[in-house]
Amino acid sequence: MSEREFISKSTSQNESTEEVVAAVTNTSAVDITDLLDEIDGVLEKNAEEFVKSFVQKGGE
Amino acid sequence: MSVHRIMGVETEYGISALADPLANPVLLSSQVVTAYGTEVMPERPRRMRWDYDVETPLRDARGFDMSRADADPSQLTDDDYGLANLVLFNGARFYVDHAHPEYSSPEVTNPRDAALWDAAGDRIMQHSAQLASSFTGQLITAYKNNTDGKVSYGTHENYQVDRATPFAQLVKYLTPFFVTRCVFAGAGRVGIGQESLTEGFQISQRADYFEAEVGLETTLRRPIINTRDEPHANPEEFRRLHVIVGDANMSQRATYLKLGTTSLMLSMIEAGYLTQDLELRDPVSAMHQVSHDVDFVRLLELRNGKTISALDIQEVFIEAATKYVADSGTGDAMTMHVLNHWTRIISTLRTNKMSLANEVDWILKYSVLEGYRQRDNSTWKDPRLAAVDIQYSDLRPDKGLALLMQRKGRQDVMFSDDEINHAISNPPHDTRAYFRGMCMKTYTEQIAAASWDSVIFDLGPEVPLHRIATGDARRGTRETAGVLFDQNLSAADFVAALGA
Repeated sequence: MSEREFISKSTSQNESTEEVVAAVTNTSAVDITDLLDEIDGVLEKNAEEFVKSFVQKGGE
Repeated sequence: MSVHRIMGVETEYGISALADPLANPVLLSSQVVTAYGTEVMPERPRRMRWDYDVETPLRDARGFDMSRADADPSQLTDDDYGLANLVLFNGARFYVDHAHPEYSSPEVTNPRDAALWDAAGDRIMQHSAQLASSFTGQLITAYKNNTDGKVSYGTHENYQVDRATPFAQLVKYLTPFFVTRCVFAGAGRVGIGQESLTEGFQISQRADYFEAEVGLETTLRRPIINTRDEPHANPEEFRRLHVIVGDANMSQRATYLKLGTTSLMLSMIEAGYLTQDLELRDPVSAMHQVSHDVDFVRLLELRNGKTISALDIQEVFIEAATKYVADSGTGDAMTMHVLNHWTRIISTLRTNKMSLANEVDWILKYSVLEGYRQRDNSTWKDPRLAAVDIQYSDLRPDKGLALLMQRKGRQDVMFSDDEINHAISNPPHDTRAYFRGMCMKTYTEQIAAASWDSVIFDLGPEVPLHRIATGDARRGTRETAGVLFDQNLSAADFVAALGA
């Protein structure tokens, strides 16, 4: 059962907590290195220029 | 004992015209908000306002008002200078706050809904930036982050809290919780120190910008516990706790857990259940330390002379919550889910933290950065690493790294596209946001102004404006007001039926 399915049923009481734990522990460890080439393709071409031009004002 | 309470999230997005770094951010923010109003709510009155009647940003939870003369101009938010302001069909507020577009989610009753309407806000923000880009012919981009490496802007959580709870108790227990919460809720940042003068990576976007323990300000001398006290409810019954320490999360699960655990903490404090002595000797410097310590090796000093790690502080609260839930009978499903999730995350942070990249933002970002550093032998000076930091939060589906990871199945999502799209155009059904959102949907042309506490109808020049007070966040729900909206009444008949 996916987490989404589980939580959407959450108005009903007393769901088994084991089920919940199972639902959130079935994802494997993530090694990101196989995605770096793809990220290269998405990153702004001139990283230095991009970072310099990302200027924000303080907020809140 | 539960994670359920009235809550919501406000997000100030980063905004940029990359081709023109000198573009005025107030103007850009105004353009994106206006673009959304023009496209999505064309029937709205052009001069629709926010109703500031009961907003008191200078009221302090400690019980005194700051005089306007003493306040920094940036603290005065109850004068909108004619800037763009929308109340959306989902009950949210979308407007220009200082130099950022801000989405304030509708009031919800639980952390799952908070994460869902927060995700809806991201889509609304991205849609608006896209519309403004096409209207102005200039690419305008939006980012769900909290710093450009020099200054910070906020993501604030709001929780309704029992007024009878002494404020000192909130300060006592929330301070160590907030100082250490970033271990699972941080979004990660390249650069150490407010101006990033030291190279490296840290857990939180926000931590270095906090300089005080308790206070009213949000723009300067930022405090770990913010005392702003506009309850938007019966002030004798409730306060609104305005939490400003959090990072904006791309991970839906992180938002869910952040709101869920904080709500659990509040339940325990309201019940007077916590008795542990976790008062930090120097909370501000502890907050910086925790954020800078990706390996969880540092110990924090307590006032009682003992030392404790960030993970141990979290564990003390988890143990208390577990015992409390057991003592008070079985918790409801969502409360148990939050508690189990929290327990598992803190224990995995000790044993195999990188395996949490699929749900903890800072760990996913750190994985990408470490990947670059290893593959290319990069130092932290490599501008691509800073670019990764920023682009992690880019809301464009083709440019945003967190969104890319979600598509690749590397960051878990809690909600389907259908659910998020529904939350973009519909209010939650179990708070007054239902009434507000449905009024906006049904009577768009007749709403002169609205706010958290009110909806104001303009029924024509001959009659005075009708102000409908919505002072109770749990009234105006679908259960009680749905039948009125089902009748397809005219605005005048609707107002008459309300007895306004």
